[in-house]
Amino acid sequence: MKLRRSMLFVPGANTAMVCNAYVYKPDTVMFDLEDSVALAEKDSARLMVYHALKHFAYQDVETAVRVNPLDSPYGHLDIEAAVRGGVDIIRLPKTDTIDDILDMQSVIEKVERKIGTTKKTQLLAAIESALGVVNAVDIARCSSRLMGIALGAEDYVRDIRTQRTKEGTELAAARAQILLAARAAKIQAFDSVFSDVRDKEGFVSEVKKIKNLGFDGKSLVNPNQIYMLHDIYAPTQKEIDWAFEVIEAAEHAKKNGLGVISIDGRMVDAPIIARAERTIYLARTSGMIGEDDE
Amino acid sequence: MSRYVPKCKAEKADERKSKICETIEEAIERSGLKDGMTISFHHAFRGGDKVLNMVMNIIAGLGIKDLTVASSSLASVHDEILEHIKSGVVTQIYTSGLRSKLGEAISHGIMEKPVQVHSHGGRVHLLQSGELKIDVAFIGVPCIDEYGNATGSKGRSQCGSLGYAMSDVDYAKYVIALSETLEPYPNAPASISQDKVDSIVLVDAVGDPSKIGEGATRMTTNPKELLLARRTARVIENSGYFKNGYSLQTGTGGSSLATTIFLSEIMEKKNIKASFGLGGITGTFVYMLKRGQIDKLLDVQSFDEFAAKSLGENPNHIEISANEYANPSSKGTAISQLDVCVLSALEVDVNFNVNVITGSKGILRGASGGHCDTAAESKLSIIVAPLTRGRIPTIRSRVHTIITPGDTVDVLVTDQGIAVHPRNVELKKRLKKAGLTIVDIEDLHKRAIELCGQPQKIKHTDKVVAQIRYRDGSIIDEVYQLAE
Repeated sequence: MKLRRSMLFVPGANTAMVCNAYVYKPDTVMFDLEDSVALAEKDSARLMVYHALKHFAYQDVETAVRVNPLDSPYGHLDIEAAVRGGVDIIRLPKTDTIDDILDMQSVIEKVERKIGTTKKTQLLAAIESALGVVNAVDIARCSSRLMGIALGAEDYVRDIRTQRTKEGTELAAARAQILLAARAAKIQAFDSVFSDVRDKEGFVSEVKKIKNLGFDGKSLVNPNQIYMLHDIYAPTQKEIDWAFEVIEAAEHAKKNGLGVISIDGRMVDAPIIARAERTIYLARTSGMIGEDDE
Repeated sequence: MSRYVPKCKAEKADERKSKICETIEEAIERSGLKDGMTISFHHAFRGGDKVLNMVMNIIAGLGIKDLTVASSSLASVHDEILEHIKSGVVTQIYTSGLRSKLGEAISHGIMEKPVQVHSHGGRVHLLQSGELKIDVAFIGVPCIDEYGNATGSKGRSQCGSLGYAMSDVDYAKYVIALSETLEPYPNAPASISQDKVDSIVLVDAVGDPSKIGEGATRMTTNPKELLLARRTARVIENSGYFKNGYSLQTGTGGSSLATTIFLSEIMEKKNIKASFGLGGITGTFVYMLKRGQIDKLLDVQSFDEFAAKSLGENPNHIEISANEYANPSSKGTAISQLDVCVLSALEVDVNFNVNVITGSKGILRGASGGHCDTAAESKLSIIVAPLTRGRIPTIRSRVHTIITPGDTVDVLVTDQGIAVHPRNVELKKRLKKAGLTIVDIEDLHKRAIELCGQPQKIKHTDKVVAQIRYRDGSIIDEVYQLAE
């Protein structure tokens, strides 16, 4: 499964950010055409994001576009521009029921047929209401295009009539539900943004919390948050050493036709090998281990 | 028995003429300054300097013409020189830096003789070799006593190190110190001592304290500057030089300050201490000195109020002259002991040559500073620059003006990849092993051009408006007058 720790929101009307976001190497760049774009800039932002998606600088990074709702005058135009631009993922603005997904899916399919692409655009559903949280299990399973579900905390807390706190008590139920729904459907789960970019301690503590809960990653609003997040998701040196040991033992066993492997008297089976492989993958993507030579 | 009669008659204190002059005019008269001579200034007050303009206006009023102005650098506050160039008071300039309207006017050919752009070390070399002969040095100092003992670590316009002035007074025939505070004799410890000073003038203000360290201590929140800083700190960490007792110079500006802070964090984590920090000293270095992460600071110029204050208080914060800092002909420079230096760039070319003096339109708008000095002598020189600035590529096929030759550069850190000079085979291996993305500088250039397009050539005439002097005095490049 693709590593998606960091999904960086890029306001579609912010030229400098659209031009530069890829240099920060988030796992996914998520261009926003919805809330961060003023009504007067909806068209220009859509055009700019389309060109960014086509630009060579964005070919090496996964891209997503958060589109406007289908019942707004911009939703269909946004989807057409994003799919024509070759986006990897469309993020739905607000998902309450499976119909929201299926409607969006049919619009995407139409555009894909029209332009004759073989690329299958994926979907990411943002769950931002009590209804969405309650329906999360169904939503997570309703489409093969759905790669993940994400919590949209600001609208959610408004809907359940409370407010954001540092401790995040108000999000506990939604986070648990979304995570379990995603895991049951074997898709990914993403946490909401942390908007106070100056509060590093608060951000770090929230990321540690959602990592322990099991979230794959988080939406981010500022490039400076990427490194802090990747650091927390990065394995420790001890974990990396252990992973190398496991892989080596597994390879040795395979070569010599041994069935069961043990390290320091503890049995190593398939899930443990898979975990070790993932640790090495994470370490490599985090730049913790490099090449020995060219 | 015949007794030896000394030729020099002892002067009693009450007979001796006071060094203190009532006015700058009186001091100039005593100095014997006349047409065609060379005068010098230093730039420790940076953007807050009041001395150069004040003195130049008086000299112009006295009707003295055809002067060579040798200032250790020039800031935008010195645009007033333009009037003196137009009126023939100033006909030649030696400086490390040129900016603003002055840089623009010179780029358009306002002066007949080309400006001589020198490095900080190269200036002292020119003084030592005799090419640059200072007839009268005007040195602004925050405080002084009646006999000329001066320092920058006290006073209202506290500027910290007087490193550049210290070397100028060693070679000047006549030294006039301008100050705003008179301290009781002896004003010790003194950066400039009494045996170097001929006349003293007390003026209202030598500097504007709010502008002396302006902008230098700003910790950036710019994501690209932070990315560059984080990457640079990782390059240093994995370079092989990062061990107990290493030394560093990081300079000023957003990325450099942030690099120092990230490095300080890594040093703390890995329990590594530096033996000395060098160069323009900032509050960040002072912070590391106080925390015991650096043993000593060698300070040729204090970049902010924290550095200026610390120089006066902390015995491990040591003032050094420009000669001691970087003069290639001195008997020993501090930079020759330096492990790592971090430097900025306006342009870098595929041969690693660096331009820090002319902008993308070919206009003089920067400073040579200690760039080529530190690159040449440090063990590891790292250039840090974004691949593009707006729609301007930083990486070029050839830089418009060479300040630092590529052969003295080791690593280039950009936001879109790190390039290692091909001669550093081991370093490249080490950085790759650490998981850093190392790319060919040609590929960085190609990418910059793909992003921005090929820049148009700058159109110029045949007239040379500035000569770039390498630290050994040789002319390494020339800047031409821009075509109208």
